[in-house]
Amino acid sequence: MASSCRRPEHTAPPEVFYNEAEAKKYSQNSRMIEIQTQMSERAVELLNLPEEQSCYLLDVGCGSGLSGDYLSEEGHYWVGVDISTAMLDVALDREVEGDLLVGDMGQGMPFRPGTFDGCISISALQWLCNADKRSHSPPKRLYTFFSSLYSSLSRGSRAVFQLYPENSEQLELITTQAMRAGFSGGMVVDYPNSSKAKKFFLCLFAGASGVLPKGLGSETSDRSVQDQVQFSGQRCRFKNMKGKSAKKGRDWILEKKERRRRQGREVRADTKYTGRQRRPHF
Amino acid sequence: MKLLTHNMLTSHVKGVTKGYPLLIKATEVKMNEVEFNPQFVSRMIPKLEWSALVQAADELGQRQDLPGELVPDYEKNEDFLKKVHRLLLEVEVIEGCLQCPESGREFPISRGIPNMLLSEDEA
Repeated sequence: MASSCRRPEHTAPPEVFYNEAEAKKYSQNSRMIEIQTQMSERAVELLNLPEEQSCYLLDVGCGSGLSGDYLSEEGHYWVGVDISTAMLDVALDREVEGDLLVGDMGQGMPFRPGTFDGCISISALQWLCNADKRSHSPPKRLYTFFSSLYSSLSRGSRAVFQLYPENSEQLELITTQAMRAGFSGGMVVDYPNSSKAKKFFLCLFAGASGVLPKGLGSETSDRSVQDQVQFSGQRCRFKNMKGKSAKKGRDWILEKKERRRRQGREVRADTKYTGRQRRPHF
Repeated sequence: MKLLTHNMLTSHVKGVTKGYPLLIKATEVKMNEVEFNPQFVSRMIPKLEWSALVQAADELGQRQDLPGELVPDYEKNEDFLKKVHRLLLEVEVIEGCLQCPESGREFPISRGIPNMLLSEDEA
């Protein structure tokens, strides 16, 4: 995992970290905008909303409203909550369509029961795992957040959180509190074999339990659980090659292409020409 | 802040049990045109607390001829849906504050954004 200085939640509380300078990046840096929009697209896809219907959604940690823009584009109405007023000012300047609130996730969501048809949150949940004040207790704040969110969602709706978990303990802390609050569901990991493209989505169901969607680029996840280990010749594949370079054969190339495909990269299709020697030149 | 959001907002101060509806004390109200979507409005009407909406409209002086009771068969009554649409999505409170009916705690609204942050002993 990344060292602590690379994680913004270790440097300062969110209302301090997302100051004017940081907020400006979210309206000017095209790469940041692209990533945020992509993640919102995937989160909305995971929400599995009924088609051709305008829904009323909650965006937790909406920031400058990049994720909200995508929601508006899809014809939904949304309410955004964020703790950083600098980020909300950027959202106002960008004239987002949703309604905005200043609020702290850890203090609970101040909404009536059954209000929203769904909830998305992009890179916000990990902020709750830090205690920025002496009175803060991460498990308690997570529980307050999840239980108030559970009640403000309508039955059968979903909440999707994109997050960057620091380690497995942190993930466990989050999921335990979510389950305690009544949610069912779990993690969806997109591109689990790539360190760069890997994305974690916590997909929670309020009320009705559904089938957890599969992550992108993970064929391994749809393999059914077996009670016996299958024989695999994987470890002795290069044993009988005797002096030939292991890295030039067709098998090695095919395997490497497959590996990169699993990482979600762009790879040429396998053809009869793959790994074939070229004709000799003089 | 739109009145749709206001209709859903409750006070979450520690010790408050209902905290609804929040009283609006507006100093600046703006009309902001939004595209009319009859399906969305008729889907939201059952979720609304009608009396709270009427009260909020009264407080802002925007009630016009909105009935005190929800009319039956509102899905087909486009005139009625348009009135509700105007109230829910077009009337925006820009400056003022929201007051919790139980604790009296005031949540300030500035530039159209209500500040629902609680201090440490209220959370």
